[in-house]
Amino acid sequence: MAMIDFINRVFGKETGSKSIAKERLRLVLVHDRCNISPEILDDLKEDLIRVISKYLEIDVRSLDVSFSQEDQAMALVANIPVIGVKRQNQT
Amino acid sequence: MGEVIVITSGKGGVGKTTTTANLGTGLASLGYKVVLIDTDIGLRNLDVVMGLENRIVYDIVDVTSGKVTASKALIKDKRFPDGRLSLLPAAQTKDKTAVNPTQMVKLCEELKQEYDFVLIDCPAGIEQGFKNAVAGAEKAIVVTTPEVSAIRDADRIVGLLEASDLKNPRLIINRLRPTMVRQGDMMSIEDMVDILAIDVIGVVPEDDTIVISTNKGEPAILDPKSRAGQAYRNITQRITGHDVPLMNLDEPQGLVDKLRKIFGKG
Ligand SMILES: Nc1ncnc2c1ncn2[C@@H]1O[C@H](COP(=O)(O)OP(=O)(O)OP(=O)(O)O)[C@@H](O)[C@H]1O
Ligand SMILES: [Mg+2]
Repeated sequence: MAMIDFINRVFGKETGSKSIAKERLRLVLVHDRCNISPEILDDLKEDLIRVISKYLEIDVRSLDVSFSQEDQAMALVANIPVIGVKRQNQT
Repeated sequence: MGEVIVITSGKGGVGKTTTTANLGTGLASLGYKVVLIDTDIGLRNLDVVMGLENRIVYDIVDVTSGKVTASKALIKDKRFPDGRLSLLPAAQTKDKTAVNPTQMVKLCEELKQEYDFVLIDCPAGIEQGFKNAVAGAEKAIVVTTPEVSAIRDADRIVGLLEASDLKNPRLIINRLRPTMVRQGDMMSIEDMVDILAIDVIGVVPEDDTIVISTNKGEPAILDPKSRAGQAYRNITQRITGHDVPLMNLDEPQGLVDKLRKIFGKG
């Protein structure tokens, strides 16, 4: 232990490993608690495809939808390759 | 009509069996009729922690399969009069599928007619053994230690308990080391409550008397000098509806603690 760490500890400053533990736990629990079943994720994917296909031509086969950790929160990340843009109905 | 309480954790080795033995013994000391059920099939342990391992004839599978009646299989703890504290041991040779949740519900229904408390020692994990242990329970106590992995599993268990209609489980924080908490190297009670968002029913310090009492097969709660025993006595008070404050967990002070006091950071 470095001297400065030791002094900080003696005087009760928050430098200990518990803050790391707490932060890691908080993040891992966001993940754990957000356990959407694969079926629901599949349904969500299909719905997304339906909606987006109204406007864009997309590559359905390489479409990827998943959760990811973004700093403080969970993010739903959809990677949807666009093949082409549908011609707008000019009115 | 008695109360059926399951003691569970998710992670293994955090103190479920120790807790079941101590709370059962403590409740019997208060005069209640208590039966302990070891549902850790294949890894029987509650019997040795209680010091009753030499008297086992029948086990839980003998009862659920209808081979013998529950009252015949129960081992009476001779430290208490008139069978006030009894144990139904786990089967050692069978596997977890030898018992099913329906049988557990029936067994608990039967035992709570006669006992004030039915305490169920749950195995680690979230599979069949867990499902059996919670099936007949009305209340749940979740045991954790102040570690990331144990708390993570406890969180998972709280979710599963709520899904199986065991609302408001209560938390026991076991093996807390106040000195480490003060040094900022162990999560505090507040930290854990903050994260798990459930009520604490007790905090048990890390204590050598647990090891000694387990060696002897005499639960620490019977030792008036044991600090862990005191923590467990407080929990039995809370289970029986008395509002006692959390005990002061501070260990006898060393030099560093005294220094910290002098500098006003205690
Ligand atoms: N407060 C404590 N202080 C010191 N040692 C403890 C404490 N609580 C439990 N232990 C020790 O930790 C070990 C595991 O305890 P125990 O068998 O009660 O855990 P468990 O959750 O039932 O484990 P398993 O998941 O394997 O059934 C034992 O050796 C026990 O003596
Ligand atoms: Mg155990």
